Amino acid sequence: MSALLPAFRTGPLARVNPVTKLACALLVAFTLLATVDWVSAVVAVGLEAVVLAFTRLPWRRVLPRLVPLGAAALLAGVTTTLYGVPTGRVWWQWGVIEITDGSIDFAVATALRILAIGVPSVILFLTIDPTELADGLAQLVRLPARFVIGALAALRLVGLFMDDWRALTLARRARGVADRGRLQRYAGLVFALLVLAIRRGTKLTTAMEARGFGAAGPRSWARPATLGRADAAALAIGVAIAALAVIVSVSTGSWHWIAS
Amino acid sequence: MLLLGASGSGKSTLLAALAGVLGGEDEGEERGTLLVDGADPAALRGRVGLVLQDPDAQQVLARVGDDVAFGLENLGVPTNELWPRVAEALDAVGLDVPFGRQTAELSGGQKQRLALAGVLAMRPGLLLLDEPTANLDPEGVAEVRDAVARVTDATGATLVVVEHRVAVWRDLVTRAIVIGPDGRLLADGPPDRVLAERADELAATGVWVPGRRVLPPLPVRAAGAPLLSARGLAVGRARSATVASGLDLELGEGEALVVSGANGAGKSTLALTLGGLLPPRSGEVTASPRLAAGAPPAPIRWSSRELLTRIGSIFQNPEHQLLASTVRGELAVGPRALGLPDAEITVRVDELLARLDLAGLAEANPFTLSGGQKRRLSVATALATRPRVLLLDEPTFGQDARTWAELVLLLREFADDGNAIVAVSHDEELPAALGAREWRLEPGREAVPR
Repeated sequence: MSALLPAFRTGPLARVNPVTKLACALLVAFTLLATVDWVSAVVAVGLEAVVLAFTRLPWRRVLPRLVPLGAAALLAGVTTTLYGVPTGRVWWQWGVIEITDGSIDFAVATALRILAIGVPSVILFLTIDPTELADGLAQLVRLPARFVIGALAALRLVGLFMDDWRALTLARRARGVADRGRLQRYAGLVFALLVLAIRRGTKLTTAMEARGFGAAGPRSWARPATLGRADAAALAIGVAIAALAVIVSVSTGSWHWIAS
Repeated sequence: MLLLGASGSGKSTLLAALAGVLGGEDEGEERGTLLVDGADPAALRGRVGLVLQDPDAQQVLARVGDDVAFGLENLGVPTNELWPRVAEALDAVGLDVPFGRQTAELSGGQKQRLALAGVLAMRPGLLLLDEPTANLDPEGVAEVRDAVARVTDATGATLVVVEHRVAVWRDLVTRAIVIGPDGRLLADGPPDRVLAERADELAATGVWVPGRRVLPPLPVRAAGAPLLSARGLAVGRARSATVASGLDLELGEGEALVVSGANGAGKSTLALTLGGLLPPRSGEVTASPRLAAGAPPAPIRWSSRELLTRIGSIFQNPEHQLLASTVRGELAVGPRALGLPDAEITVRVDELLARLDLAGLAEANPFTLSGGQKRRLSVATALATRPRVLLLDEPTFGQDARTWAELVLLLREFADDGNAIVAVSHDEELPAALGAREWRLEPGREAVPR
């Protein structure tokens, strides 16, 4: 859900309501967060890969967005390998660094879990159009329209804030105050952006009020949010991934509650 | 109806009151009654439509169709009636783009017509326009004016326009009202009669009276010793495409240059690059030894402080450049960064306050000034450090005729003293008034994607 770029609206994922996508992402995330074993993560990642292969997303543009996630998973894996709780056979030791069977197990589980939760979340959100999400949250989840539409309108300002930030940076150089320390300059910029944000917000509020926003009486919806077969299918797939991950993990005896 | 009057006479406040968006008692004083259709306008959402000056401030949603539909949703118009009304409104303002077009991609004139369509879809009986064309280029002004003409003809709605540039609306309105600086009614009648009888008063309050020149034109200024030059320059902002390339420029002492061109031709980016704020994409910007005065020849290599006494840049949105909590403090920022003695700073600041008609506002917060005042303040902040070159982006946006003349005279004086000016502007009267050379940038000229 990028405020600056239109969402990827191709392939079967575009037919799924954003609210369903959100539900699926949350379901898989909470299921996988309940355990710390690597089996459930492998099952989830594998199934997700199979499902995503059928989404016909523009991968050339989507994959770069996944790079940071891959890097995070790798980093978490390496760190856990080196510093994880040592159990089982010791492979290598140097000071506090100790690579053991236990730490390797845990590292693989952690890295895969980050991917299993992260990849679908990132992909689902890349394909979510903010306007549709707001429509869904207000009409299907029944969140207050004032709040949801207000947040949506504010989101549109994010693009303007990025322009503001660039202009403010240049303006400070032009005003002769950009030679100061980086931290001081940064604090000043943040404050200036905040002031501008409030002013833009106030103007937007006036424009919205002038068009009847917040008026008494019922509001109608230009884009009715509906749930259909695509949503049922998406939810079924989400439930299946979560369920299979749990079943395989429990039946192989590797399920390990995060709390224990 | 055309609503005329000096800056600060309360025209915009009156429009906001008519639209019922003035806010509650906690935001100011309110006396007397104001009724629209016999009722409080705040309770009559949809009967009154308001279009504001800033094209960027009025889109609510990301897509054109959704944005027009926004007001209708708030009024509770059923979905099946709603979309035909959206199409009708876009058609009425002549905005021929798909419903799915991103609002951020529209030009200024298109954004203002979109705002008009959003209001129009609600079928208001009263249409309020607050300087709707002040921030637009000439094509944008014509687009918006024609759209308003079509709409008022078709709907018969009452129209109230606030505008300094009378010529734009003169043929469209049937009544003109003039508010004096003290907020009293000065004149009320058919526009031609009011303009003829009150021409002097109107000119004095800053109205652009058609047929009157605000300042006599100057011959094009002669260029003295070179100050700044560009060779084979290509410009673009960080992380985006090159917007203009192959640009050559010579700027000498005492010279003025007005750069015009359509939206997206790279005018603002060029100004930022010449001003040592953006690095050139290719080619170079070179300051003559006379301008560099010991600093390296490329302005982008100068420190922020070194820029102050050499090149002053004034941005399109003055709010981006505000740093202090009072007007006086704002003017002192530059001189203080130069490390000037306090006495010298006070002298310079007082002189500029008087010169730009801001003395009464010395202790005011810069953000509370009117658009025109803010722009004059930003010019003054650059002048306070006495640079040799001044780069201005749309310096005359939102100025009334009086403040326009003050600003132009100030710039003339700056150039007369042997300094150089580059102004990016759509203002058709500015080049002659400054005695400036004109340079028109064509959009996408040899533009190369990154």
